[in-house]
Amino acid sequence: MMFDYTILTSNWREIFDGICLSLELWLGGSLLGLVLGLALATVHHYGDFIVRALIAAYVGIFRGTPLLIQLFVLYYGGPSFGLVLSPVAAGLIGLTIYGSAQFVEIFRAGFAAIGPGQIEAAKMSGLGAMQTLWHIQIPQMLLIILPSLVNMMVIMTKETAILSVISIPELTAVMSGIGASTYAFAETLFALAAFYWVLLEGVSAVGRLAENRVSRYLAK
Amino acid sequence: MSTQTIIDVIGLTKSFGAMEVLKGITLSLERSQVTCIIGPSGSGKSTLLRCMAFLETYDSGRVEIEGRLLGYVEKNGKRRMAKPSETASVRRNVGFVFQHFNLWPHMTALENVAKPLWLAAGCDKVEARSRGMAALDRVGLREKADLYPAQLSGGQQQRVGIARTLAKEPHIILFDEPTSALDPEIVGEVLQVMRSLADDGMTMAVVTHEMGFAAQVADRVAFIDEGVISAVGSPQDVFKNTDNPRLNRFLKNFFDRNVFWTN
Repeated sequence: MMFDYTILTSNWREIFDGICLSLELWLGGSLLGLVLGLALATVHHYGDFIVRALIAAYVGIFRGTPLLIQLFVLYYGGPSFGLVLSPVAAGLIGLTIYGSAQFVEIFRAGFAAIGPGQIEAAKMSGLGAMQTLWHIQIPQMLLIILPSLVNMMVIMTKETAILSVISIPELTAVMSGIGASTYAFAETLFALAAFYWVLLEGVSAVGRLAENRVSRYLAK
Repeated sequence: MSTQTIIDVIGLTKSFGAMEVLKGITLSLERSQVTCIIGPSGSGKSTLLRCMAFLETYDSGRVEIEGRLLGYVEKNGKRRMAKPSETASVRRNVGFVFQHFNLWPHMTALENVAKPLWLAAGCDKVEARSRGMAALDRVGLREKADLYPAQLSGGQQQRVGIARTLAKEPHIILFDEPTSALDPEIVGEVLQVMRSLADDGMTMAVVTHEMGFAAQVADRVAFIDEGVISAVGSPQDVFKNTDNPRLNRFLKNFFDRNVFWTN
């Protein structure tokens, strides 16, 4: 069997658009998920037991069910509740919610890992609660969780492939489409796997670089 | 009278669950005096110090800082917990040095010292920086200003901790076992800084196991045992002229441990 590169080159425009959309969804979903996750973790940190129970339920539901099912419910089930979304919007919202539930747990563990002495020192230096949160707790929490954060970003990269099931023309959907119409499954699937692998290696490399950079703060 | 009370502790009690840790402590800390608080582990001495900064709540009794009640607000004979901002205002002039330094690891030595000045003390950044450098200079660490805590030795970290406290120009500094986490050969450099602060007239309360420091530097030594002050007086009174049996046993233990040469 020959590996026919022309299958890929002749469809370059469609593939390029798919790559762009995959990257956009990955970055958009991850960033929104991060922001939402950080906000929820912060509220959890200061909230009373009712707020904590609500956030725990949110985390439980969205970590406890597959992203695939969440997307089906959002996209195909949404209209029953009057929620009609374009595929891309549904995909972005789905990724954001799914990511935020994972990120909350990471952030929460990070907050918990900061020693009480750090906050006592802030109190005795006259810092208010918000100043302590912003200048002492969040930066240290980010240092502590960096490895888990990179890991989760890697997982989010792969999860974008699932968005193909709700007819979003991201890379996986594009490649399956080309494969189905040309029967060139080997070429398309190999290229698809190669793309995710390169992207993941890139994310991991950036993560390692960041970890090296911050490790000086954490030596000892 | 030229003396002036900075912190007044009156009938202080504190329990952790069913365990009563402080059973009615009365102690006043006078301006420019160094008070060393000694006692066995678990006697309540660190808890007492932490109550004086309201890092721990207390159950009854009073902690007054320059005449203002710390941590609570009284109205019509009833007491409620003060708001964090009220507590912050009352303890504005209290400095605290921690056993484990509690430097912020993501900030340089200078940032540890100067950042609170512009965040909380209303300095602009230039003034905060120059006051921060002055404080680092005071503890002999001017040239380490741009290093991170992880790049400093334990003794240097604790001196940065002292500089951070000095920078807010407190009226009193509370030291919670400031040398207990340090290697023995490094303890001296921290005690030296503390001694020079005492010489400059800083009011200090020091919870410590350094009996030599207490004997040489303290104006007053308080021995805490099982949640009460069981002896208090000049170092001479407490270390030499006591007939308190528990204090004698406590001191004998230290003395025996530190005798290393006999003829």
